[in-house]
Parts: sequence; structure tokens; C-alpha cells
Amino acid sequence: MSDEDEIILSDLPDDELVLQMHDDLYDGLKDEIEESVQILLARGWAPYRVLTEALVAGMTIVGKDFRDGILFVPEVLLAANAMKGGMFILKPLLAETGAPRQGKMVIGTVKGDIHDIGKNLVAMMMEGAGFEVVDLGINNPVENYLEALEREQPDILGMSALLTTTMPYMKVVIDTMVEKGLREDYIVLVGGAPLNEEFGRAIGADAYCRDAAVAVETAKDFIARKHNRLGAAAG
Amino acid sequence: MRPDDTTLTERGLPPVQARGRILLIACGALAHEILALKAANGWHHVELMCLPAKLHLWPERIPDAVEAAVTRHRDDFEAIYVVYADCGTGGLLQARCAALGVEMMPGPHCYAFFDGNAEFAARAEDEMRAFYLTDFLVRQFDAFVWRPMGLDRHPELRDVLFGQYERLIHLAQTEDAALDAKAADCATRLGLRYERRFTGYGDLAAELARLG
Repeated sequence: MSDEDEIILSDLPDDELVLQMHDDLYDGLKDEIEESVQILLARGWAPYRVLTEALVAGMTIVGKDFRDGILFVPEVLLAANAMKGGMFILKPLLAETGAPRQGKMVIGTVKGDIHDIGKNLVAMMMEGAGFEVVDLGINNPVENYLEALEREQPDILGMSALLTTTMPYMKVVIDTMVEKGLREDYIVLVGGAPLNEEFGRAIGADAYCRDAAVAVETAKDFIARKHNRLGAAAG
Repeated sequence: MRPDDTTLTERGLPPVQARGRILLIACGALAHEILALKAANGWHHVELMCLPAKLHLWPERIPDAVEAAVTRHRDDFEAIYVVYADCGTGGLLQARCAALGVEMMPGPHCYAFFDGNAEFAARAEDEMRAFYLTDFLVRQFDAFVWRPMGLDRHPELRDVLFGQYERLIHLAQTEDAALDAKAADCATRLGLRYERRFTGYGDLAAELARLG
């Protein structure tokens, strides 16, 4: 598109603006996303609707194209940065307006591992999907996870590792949870480049999530199952 | 003739002799070092073929590529040995080699076995924030780090991608002042402190010598 055809975001009707936001997220245009979020809010959109229909839906497209090898890490990071700009505006408003909560997650990269790109993407997508996320950061020994579980009482524990040498530490955490009789109280999701489903099963996690979009879907699925179980028990 | 690095990255290296005692199926990133060991030790019983080093950009493709090479060549050699470490396959390459009945290099990464797997593991905590390059990776820095990480297109992502690292350690297989200077430049480009540690061929030499 030439410069003369520059799009005036505020001139677009809602449906076209949302589609434009999906494109802008895809292209990692943070300023445009921030402007569009403000426009939709000024038009009376509820913050939760802006989040789900514009940002989360847009990031889901990014996630799928990443999975299919169409987009690569740098492009996903730029898209995530743009989404972060939108989230920064929406977050306080979501708290004020009592947007629906899916559940709570504690997430962190395991001991010995400093890699946090995947973990940060998961945390952001989970927040976008309506989860409260407590991010423990990098290099977490088992004690950090246990303290956070005790303190935060989340539904989900998420662990991340990028290295072949650090991924076995996830089993240390899960085994400790089993020893302390805590394992069944939480949904445990694991992820990271060298992991696979077989590894997830072998260490006793509930699921391996190959990327951030899958992590969100898996988390929602497990939370729904948990609610169904609780409902059945109560009935 | 010494194979060039771009060929080793993109296409790998076919075996020179189609038959023999032991075929090494290696990562292209290890070709120079294996050929140097072969020449220095007179290992005429060993034949080398390499898969494209760029498979490292998609580690999940390595087990299938190794299996295809083993299947293609196993009838022509008495034994096959796979010169890959785990290389980010999360144990899947080891499982595949076991299923195929072939041995492979122990260790998590090539830079770990150059450093010595035991020493590398012992230093893991101290060097948690270290980013490693071997000689090959220094020479092919743009192909394996700069471009795949998008830093050619988006240099602003450097600190997002490398902000948790503190230093770049060049685990050097050879004494080469020009390569040393290039490695120092790689560290500068990533905004990391530079260190150099001479490793020679580390565990690779002993492991290949064992094949007899």
C-alpha cells in the first residue's frame, strides 16, 4: 500500500477496525493497536470485548501462523509487544469492570534456565484469555513454586524450560508435589522447545503445550473439566 | 578438500566412499572437526557424511533426517555411528537411534561435548547466563543466530532475545586469531561480555577413537 492510501483508523466502522487491528497485531504495530483500543473504548465497547474480539482473536491468528511455520519468533515477539501495548490500556479497566475470570495460573521457568520468551508469551496470552497470571520469572527452584502455590492458590501451575539439561527439573517439582500430597490440587502444564508430549506424560504433567495458543486452549479445557467434576460432585 | 561452511549449513556432505567399515552420520556443524581428527589419527576405516547443519533451526526434524540416512546407508557399512548430541530434540533422537540400533554421541549439545560433558554439566550453574558458540557457529553466526532470530530485520529485539544473557563464551576448537576476533565481534553485536575458552575437540576425540 502506498503512503497516500494511509488508513485513518478513526474513520473505520467497528467491524473493519477490528479486522484492521488483527492485521496491525500481525504486523507488530504497537502504536496503531494502542490507538485502535482507545477508539473502540471511546465508542463504548466494553474492555473485555476489545480484549477478546480484537486482541485475543488477532493473537490467535498469529499463534496459528507461528505453529504452521508462516511466522517466526521475531514476528511473534513484535506482535506480542503490540498486544502488550493494548493490554496495558485495558488491564486497569478490566479490573474495574469485573471482566469474567477463567482461573488463576502460577508460571515460571525452571531452575538453571534463564529463557523466558515462551513463558512470557504464554503469560500474556493467558491474561488475554481471562486468566489471572502470577509470573515467577526465571531460574525457579522447587521452593519458589511451592511457596507460590501456597500463597496464590492457583488452579494451574505452568513450567517452562528451553534446555535439554534443565527440562528434567520439571519432574523434580512434580515429584515434590506428589510427596507433599499437593499434586492432585493443581493442573500442571509444561512447555518449552525441547519438550514433547511423551516427556510431559513421563514426568507426570497433565499436559504438554507446544505453544502459547495451545496453552490457552489446554488451560480452558482443563478448567472446564474441573468445573464439570465439581458440579457433578455437588449434584 | 575442505568443505565450505555454507554448503555444510545448507546441504551437508555426502560420503566420499560408498562402502566401508564405519559410517559417521554427523551434523554439518561438526564436519571440519571430524575430518581434522580423521586426518590426524589416520582413521581410514571411518567414512563421514553430514546432514545440513541448518536442521538445528528445527530440531524436531533431526530424528527423521537421521533415520533416513541410516536406512539409506546401513547395508553399505559394517556399523553406523551418529555424531549428534541431543541437540534440542528432548530425548527423541536418542530414542530413535536406540530403535534403529545405532549409537550416538552422549551429551546435550555439541558445545557441551567439545567442552567435555562432565565439565559442562559441572559449570551449568555458574554459566547459566552464558551464550555459547563453537568455531563453526562463530563462522556461521549470521546464518544460525543473527538472521533466524530476526536481528537483521528487527535489531530492536536484541535485548528481548538476549537480555537474560551476560556473556558470550567462544568454546574454541582451534587456535585462530581471526576467528577469535570474529567471536569477540559477535559478542559486541549481541551486547554481551566476551570470553574465550580453548576446548580442542573435547569428548569428541575420545568417543570417535573408541570406535576403533
